Amino acid sequence: MNRFLKDKEHLFRMAALFAAGVVLFLIVRAVLVPKGFGVYGHYRAGALADNRVRAPRFAGRAACIECHTDEGDRLKGGKHAGVGCEACHGALAKHAADPSSLKPTKPDSKTLCQTCHLMNVAKPAKFPQIDPKSHMDGGPCLTCHDQHAPDKEPKK
Amino acid sequence: MNSDRRDFVLTAGKLLLLTAPAAAYLEAVESGKAEEPAYKTFEHYWGMIVDIEKCIGCGNCVRACKVENDVPLEPYFFRTWVERYHVEGAGEHPDVDSPDGGYNGFPEKYAAGDGAKSFFVPKLCNQCAHSPCTQVCPVGATFESPDGAVLVDKTYCLGCRYCVQACPYGCRFIDPRTNTVDKCNLCYHRITKGLTTACCESCPTGARQLVDLKDARDPVHEFLRTHKVHVLKPQMATGSKVFYNALDGSVR
Repeated sequence: MNRFLKDKEHLFRMAALFAAGVVLFLIVRAVLVPKGFGVYGHYRAGALADNRVRAPRFAGRAACIECHTDEGDRLKGGKHAGVGCEACHGALAKHAADPSSLKPTKPDSKTLCQTCHLMNVAKPAKFPQIDPKSHMDGGPCLTCHDQHAPDKEPKK
Repeated sequence: MNSDRRDFVLTAGKLLLLTAPAAAYLEAVESGKAEEPAYKTFEHYWGMIVDIEKCIGCGNCVRACKVENDVPLEPYFFRTWVERYHVEGAGEHPDVDSPDGGYNGFPEKYAAGDGAKSFFVPKLCNQCAHSPCTQVCPVGATFESPDGAVLVDKTYCLGCRYCVQACPYGCRFIDPRTNTVDKCNLCYHRITKGLTTACCESCPTGARQLVDLKDARDPVHEFLRTHKVHVLKPQMATGSKVFYNALDGSVR
């Protein structure tokens, strides 16, 4: 037995060096690996929350209808019933949070209507499209159509 | 001896039951933010339906996405964009264009009745279940979240661009302001608050629908049963969760 341990000094030195290496590795690992890494997978669990913090800029249809019930009712059953309010009126989360902070500007109907309804061969054939040159001489859309219920009688 | 084993099984069983809440609690504590009680990450699995037959190429989705997600306005940074396909015949190479990603719509380019088929294809991150982009990230800064969105950890991204090259759909770009990667995250800040994505919110024809594949009441299940859907580049086996209805074979 003594024969094996007579040169034990260098074994202890090796063991101490190895232990120091392990401790150094653990310290470096603790510093470099961010918190929550590996909880769900090979990524930082907190990144999920990070992706969620941003405030929406589109309020969503439900928020609009909460106050503008009349327009919501007008849309019902019409051809534009499926069109979200902010599809035409733009992102208005700010207005929904505090109506006085931002007054929405009325969109220019002619350019807006044509965004969707301008003739284009790539559009699905059954989608209503017009060529402004031949359709009422390119006159204002809202004289004949109600933007919120295009297939109903125009609102007086 | 018998009672010892019984005790052990009971205790172990109780501990096993506690594991999930403990892990959730640990995650909440470690991320420094309390879990919002309204949103349960593990009860959702997000995807999208894109109906080619409804897309009119108005570009509303592209504009809405740029507003909602603060995407740089230069016409080569997109989280979503729209392509126009023009296919003259079977096997012919399609003519594809996407002026400014469809941001300003599509000026008429083809004559009506030219014997070719024309259609719009909205594109976005396919939220792959086995995504090549997350596999190549050397630091774990991009990943598939438990609820099915492919997300980016902006604080951890090196900007090495491996994922930009790995994405078979070209859905990623380097944000010039932060030098980190950016991509569609399915409006993760919206869908976790009960809202739909900005593109779906502003799509006038309902060509894009956010779907929750884990929600049994979501109309997506009915839709997938009754429609002939396809994903982009199925040969890549990416497990794409953006399902296209009436997708033409020429679309890549």
